[in-house]
Amino acid sequence: MSMQTSNSLGKDAWLRLRANRMAMLSLFVLIGIFIISLLGPLLSSFSYQEQNLDKVFQPPDKEHFLGTDNLGRDLFARTTYGGRISLAVGLLATLVSLLIGVSYGMIAGYAGGRIDSFMMRGVDVLYSLPFIIFVILLMVLFGRNFLLLFIAIGAVEWLTMARITRAQTLNLKNTEFIEAARALGYSHLRIIFRHILPNLLGPIIVYATLTVPAVMLLEAVLSFLGLGVQAPMSSWGSLIKEGAEKMDAAPWLLLFPGLFFCVTLFALNFLGDGLRDALDPKSSQDG
Amino acid sequence: MPSIQSLPRMDSMGQLNIQNLSINFRSREGIVQAVNDIDLKIKEGEIVGLVGESGSGKSVTCNSILQLLPCPPAEISHGTIEWTGKDLLKKSEPNMAQIRGKEISMIFQDPMSCLNPYLTVLEQVAEPLIIHNLATPTEAMQQASDILAEVGVDRILTSPNAYPHEFSGGMRQRVMIAMALITKPALLLADEPTTALDVTVQAKILSILKEACLKRKISVLFVSHDLGLVAELADRVVVMYRGKVIEQKDTASLFQNPEHPYVKALIACRPTLESSSDRLPTVEDFNNPNSCCIGANESFTSTLLLHERKVLLETKELTVEFSSKDEKVRAVNDVNLAIREGTTHGLVGESGSGKTTLGRSILQLLQKTSGQILLHGKPIVIGNSQQQLHFRRSMQIIFQDPYASLNPRLTIEQTLIEPMIVHGIGNNNQNRKERVVALLEEVGLASEHLSRYPHQFSGGQRQRICVARALTTEPQFIVCDECVSAMDVSVQAQVLNLLKSLQESRGLTYLFISHDLGVVKFMSDEISVMQHGTIVETGTVDAIYQKPQTEYTRQLIEAVPRANRSTNIFS
Repeated sequence: MSMQTSNSLGKDAWLRLRANRMAMLSLFVLIGIFIISLLGPLLSSFSYQEQNLDKVFQPPDKEHFLGTDNLGRDLFARTTYGGRISLAVGLLATLVSLLIGVSYGMIAGYAGGRIDSFMMRGVDVLYSLPFIIFVILLMVLFGRNFLLLFIAIGAVEWLTMARITRAQTLNLKNTEFIEAARALGYSHLRIIFRHILPNLLGPIIVYATLTVPAVMLLEAVLSFLGLGVQAPMSSWGSLIKEGAEKMDAAPWLLLFPGLFFCVTLFALNFLGDGLRDALDPKSSQDG
Repeated sequence: MPSIQSLPRMDSMGQLNIQNLSINFRSREGIVQAVNDIDLKIKEGEIVGLVGESGSGKSVTCNSILQLLPCPPAEISHGTIEWTGKDLLKKSEPNMAQIRGKEISMIFQDPMSCLNPYLTVLEQVAEPLIIHNLATPTEAMQQASDILAEVGVDRILTSPNAYPHEFSGGMRQRVMIAMALITKPALLLADEPTTALDVTVQAKILSILKEACLKRKISVLFVSHDLGLVAELADRVVVMYRGKVIEQKDTASLFQNPEHPYVKALIACRPTLESSSDRLPTVEDFNNPNSCCIGANESFTSTLLLHERKVLLETKELTVEFSSKDEKVRAVNDVNLAIREGTTHGLVGESGSGKTTLGRSILQLLQKTSGQILLHGKPIVIGNSQQQLHFRRSMQIIFQDPYASLNPRLTIEQTLIEPMIVHGIGNNNQNRKERVVALLEEVGLASEHLSRYPHQFSGGQRQRICVARALTTEPQFIVCDECVSAMDVSVQAQVLNLLKSLQESRGLTYLFISHDLGVVKFMSDEISVMQHGTIVETGTVDAIYQKPQTEYTRQLIEAVPRANRSTNIFS
């Protein structure tokens, strides 16, 4: 009995997460990547957009230690700068999709009946809209704005999240502890946020860790179409796309951005698994 | 039937001989010994009952005979299972397949999930004959329909192409019996075959099973947690406790002089129709020889006569309808019920009779279609949230499944403090915490349990937590919806005793819903019997059990398995 006072779920979860080596390692890796992305462009003696046509396709050496691209731009500067954009897009869009999707799904599932069918038919309609056209429409309406890109992507990705959340809520709604909460006179909001939401965390977190890479790749597709990040700005998605085209001549152009991308995704996945376990009281064997 | 060559039977055949069997389960936390060095013998034509509570190793033993245990995690560490002189544990998988269903067959607990929904019932019953090459397909179909008719599935004669979903649970279990018996096995393993069924259905199924087995001279290993049920059926009873066989005897002598304290307790803590006392003895009482309550039937003289008590809760012509796509189902139909203050009103009936719906509609967890619910003679109004809170505070519910009725993500303290916050009970968190500790002690738990999560408790402890949660708002009326049905008898006795003592100390009123007539009799002052959504009979306990007025009530009471031979021991 080490815990005399009652711990909140958050504190318990942190204690359990700390015991999970893979998750902690991933957390440090992620923090490292964040720091490199934030500070890298400042530390590098080259700017991400500075061209040097004398030194095109330079393999990694002392001066450009990740090499240069077809216009002689420093890859380290471009990759770390791109990291800012990719991470921001990935995390913010996922956050937006989480906020919209989870609340929408919970309300639909909890309300049930006609409200539920009405809300879910709305989701079906949005599903059937072609994504690209939807984004172009938004861009036309609101102009090309970097923030808008997050919202546009988030606004598309929430649909699946809403479906998952709704299905889980429907299951939970009929369990006896929710009925007990109703019998005790708890308000609907209290039941939804205190009794249903914590029990949804497992599937939500797993799906969120899958959404982050999907969003990062979507950003690359949009950039390719000229709707997202424009040269000379960079992102991991667009760097990987360029690198893949020049793979024969300069493999490092694909290798390094790809490496950053993969490491981030692995770390996110392990951290997500760790979080899911940590947030589930049943996963710990000791009290 | 000339087509089936009966197996060459020697005298020693039909004899199952389990010796020194030990089975371990490996898990991350270590090795759990599920079965510990047991011996078990079944003679030809004998019906042996294997009794124990959940986790005692009875099902594991039963499954190990046909090597149906998943290995790993299970592991048979030593021992032999001899069948007609040969060790089954040494047989290869193809050889075992020859024995399964042909020489030894099995009936499982849940008839709903044991039949393949895509095959007709007739095909499924005939299948074992065809697989074991005992008959040609046409002969097999003929025999299948014969045996189905014999166990009472008459419908098969008029509609031979019926699928499993067209049959009720009881009928499906008959189908399972037919399927198990069609190959004329020498041994039948029945693992809780009637646990999922209603009492009246259970009684019919058991008599069919017994008759069919006696006629064919099939020996039976009947696994059950219900000692009364086993007593009705078995020639000999084997009692298991924590992986060990603690007693095996002829049924009659087991009930007349049980030796092991656990067996004595098991016989005594089951509320029966014959016994009447204020408190059930529990296993602890038997482990503690100084305890006074064994056999001491303090006669309970109620200080206030039943009809002098005020009516606390009343329903008038209460009707609840469910509408599905094309039809309306009346789950509760014109129910008039009066529950008196400080008493327990029992509500019995088979599954689907509307008991649970009635309980929930009284609590306004389900919308009523018409009728009135009166509390203290006044109709319940839930207009605004203030009235809603006021009403919720006075009525609570305890559910059947203590595993599902606690939020797994909240600690016990959080679970118990929340209602107080919502209802504004207690001034500050310190005060509330003191109340929670007092409540926990009242239901037999301790303050050190506060920071734990539900999964760290046993089923009985969880139900105590649910009781404590129901008491946080200091209600007058509690609906107990099958609240001990999922428990072993020993745990059940503890929870029932707790509910009774709380009633005395706090003057609580209960609506006690159960399908178990013994439990209801122990708990209740008055009883209502429900069938197809209506109340067919209401009366005091004695009136209902001694002079049932309706045929349905009589059937219910007669269907309860009881160890007749044990009747005189406890009175």
